[in-house]
Amino acid sequence: MHADSMLLHAFVYLAAAVVSVPLAKRLGLGSVLGYLLAGVLIGPHVLGLVGQRSGDVMQFAEFGVVMMLFLVGLELQPTLLWQMRAQLLGLGGLQVAGTAVAIAALGAAGGFGWRMPLAAGVILAMSSTAIVLQSLQERGQLKTPGGQASFAVLLFQDISVIPILALLPLLAVKSANVSAGAAAPAASGIDGLAGWIQAVVIVAAVAAIVLAGRYAVNPLFRAIAKTGLRELFSAAALLLVVGVSVVMELVGLSAALGTFVAGVVLANSEYRHELEADIDPYKGLLLGLFFITVGAGIDFGLLRTEPGVILGLGGALLAVKFVVLFALSRVFKIPTPDGMLFSFALAQGGEFAFVLLSFVVDHHVLTRAEADPLVATVALSMACTPLLFVLNERFVQPRFARARGPVREADQIEPQDNPVIIAGFGRFGHIVGRLLRANGVGTTVLDLDADQVEIVRRLGIKVFYGDATRLDLLHAAGAERAKLIVIAIDNEDKAIELVELVQKHFPRLKIFARAAGRVHAYEFQKRGVMTFYRETLGSSLDLGIDVLRDLGMPAHQAHRAARRFKRHDENAVRELAQFWEDDDAYFKNARQNIEAFDRMFASDNAAERHESDRGWDPMPPGDVSRG
Amino acid sequence: MATRFRLLILFAHPAIQKSRINHRLAKAARAVDGVSFHDLYEAYPDFDIDVPREQALLLEHDIVVLQHPFYWYSCPALMKEWLDLVLEYGFAYGRGGDKLRGKTVLSALTTGGPENAYGREGLNHFTMRELLAPFEQTARLCGMNYLPPFIVHGSIRLVDAAELDRHANDYARVLAALRDGKINAARLANVPRLNSDLSAVGL
Repeated sequence: MHADSMLLHAFVYLAAAVVSVPLAKRLGLGSVLGYLLAGVLIGPHVLGLVGQRSGDVMQFAEFGVVMMLFLVGLELQPTLLWQMRAQLLGLGGLQVAGTAVAIAALGAAGGFGWRMPLAAGVILAMSSTAIVLQSLQERGQLKTPGGQASFAVLLFQDISVIPILALLPLLAVKSANVSAGAAAPAASGIDGLAGWIQAVVIVAAVAAIVLAGRYAVNPLFRAIAKTGLRELFSAAALLLVVGVSVVMELVGLSAALGTFVAGVVLANSEYRHELEADIDPYKGLLLGLFFITVGAGIDFGLLRTEPGVILGLGGALLAVKFVVLFALSRVFKIPTPDGMLFSFALAQGGEFAFVLLSFVVDHHVLTRAEADPLVATVALSMACTPLLFVLNERFVQPRFARARGPVREADQIEPQDNPVIIAGFGRFGHIVGRLLRANGVGTTVLDLDADQVEIVRRLGIKVFYGDATRLDLLHAAGAERAKLIVIAIDNEDKAIELVELVQKHFPRLKIFARAAGRVHAYEFQKRGVMTFYRETLGSSLDLGIDVLRDLGMPAHQAHRAARRFKRHDENAVRELAQFWEDDDAYFKNARQNIEAFDRMFASDNAAERHESDRGWDPMPPGDVSRG
Repeated sequence: MATRFRLLILFAHPAIQKSRINHRLAKAARAVDGVSFHDLYEAYPDFDIDVPREQALLLEHDIVVLQHPFYWYSCPALMKEWLDLVLEYGFAYGRGGDKLRGKTVLSALTTGGPENAYGREGLNHFTMRELLAPFEQTARLCGMNYLPPFIVHGSIRLVDAAELDRHANDYARVLAALRDGKINAARLANVPRLNSDLSAVGL
């Protein structure tokens, strides 16, 4: 490729994206559809600016998917992944098996025998990780129950590709053994080895990634960060992702899966945010490129010559997958609105299908004539996915609006100039906000609960609907000019996310944070936020005071006891923070702390009590040295 | 039937659980019929005094007793806060501030030191009446009559149960006499403290 032709190519791709994506977003269709349309536009069937066989570009662009899974892994603490295991195996396994069996049964009933429909069923059970994750992320739905379930299934599909590649050749009409060795899928470097050695090598490779992530990456990044060269850090971050991919492909595993594991291992790393910030733009660009190539690759030829077949197959594919997914969401007791999101999100075929279809053709499981319509069908179903998201959002979810509140765009905030921003205006933030208002302090209030926003607005208080962890919203709320932000949202992770966002982009903005409890308080302290307030401390002490009074303690003594308790406990939560990471040390110190406290209160020995009210004691008999 | 005056006892002790003499006096006072006993630290442990309520209480009574230990030649912090907030301009003094005029104030105190420590020869140099001048002048400014104080001295050596009982009993008698208007006002002028010789004031 000539330099100028490469530049020209880049120009075409970028221009297509820059023109169509904002248009699609403007129309509320999401960026994915914008990219796909851009692909169609510049593809061989419309403008013909890029060829249909843009295979090189496609392979390059697929790396965006790899990066996306790395980023998803970074967001996912290992403990969270462990919590997902039931969904991952149960929901994921049943989705793949259920869809495959359903399609196989339909095919068998249609007179295609059982081999070919079963192979097609397994292949079509895959969904598009790239499109689904991007769409969910863009809409802020990845952390919802429906989004989590979708993610679990996608992850299982990614893992299951490996055994599927091994098992599909067994469905070959002719004896597959002849060619299986020669035309192995990913041309991995360990094919010549015996099965058990391959297994050992794979386990060793994954273990190496985990160990390196735990022990080698942090010191390495520290050394690089010390050089102060920003671009070197970016290079190291890219090296990490590319390196893991190379190792994975060498042992025949999916690169996406490997980088996902690497991401999870690094989720606790102090460099997590740097990595995220460095990889994210590349991911965005490559993923966009990927969607464009998918758009350009849609075979309109087949759609033109046999529109009935392709449209019929596409509709049938979406319908079958949707029915299986929705049935599973019922079995797993996912709330209906989330079940709808889950079923609409995963109903399409995925990019793995392209790989698997060419693989089965090579292995004589399907003929080229059988596979080509399926390729077109999958591409069509992928292109429909953004539309399905819109359909779900506009027409399906509003039916559940009463249960959940309408799906709503964030409010437009005209630039605000109040000294205080309050994020979260529920039970907690509401009280803070009213106290400030009553004392003439101007506040800009953000809340993510549409119902709550309506209620508070009806009370005549101006509240903006929107996710405070969105940077643009914070800008609009006047975060550069405000003096401080009160973080009163009840989602603990979001609160921490907001702290990090504020510290990064508005370092001047003081933070006052609502903490759920001790553990949450430790998370704040880890980030240097000492102005945290445990949400139940005040009212539990109030209750404690009244119990002491009811049992006969003088009111003033009860109040002082509670204040003393509070002081001690606030100190303890700050002292113990340093031991939190170390289980044994933490509980040892916490125990000592409680014992010391009880002793202090229970003791009659004045010297041990360190009291602050000895001034009220009667003087020792015989000493008359004060009035 | 003798005139009955309505008595309000404003009691201030920040650590009643440590008190030896004051809680005995308080107990005795509560038992006196027709007396309102108001424990300030119990009512306002957070120091957030309800001023209208306190002013209404004052208006309902004729004689106000300030009962408290004598800390650093004054009253405990909450009682000072009470004086600062409740005796408002326009209510207790100043233009229109005549609501308390004609009422009577009595200080009922306990001191750690003995009586002879309060005088030129003693450790405290000043007499009790001199040290209580701020309270007396507060009453004067409000147009109230300030009685000679009821004082239990030397509380730190007071361990004898019989003596404690005697003081509590004296306090109750003084309160009842005030209520019934039986204190001989003419004899009060030369009395250093109300309970130095109860017979001197007509009891």
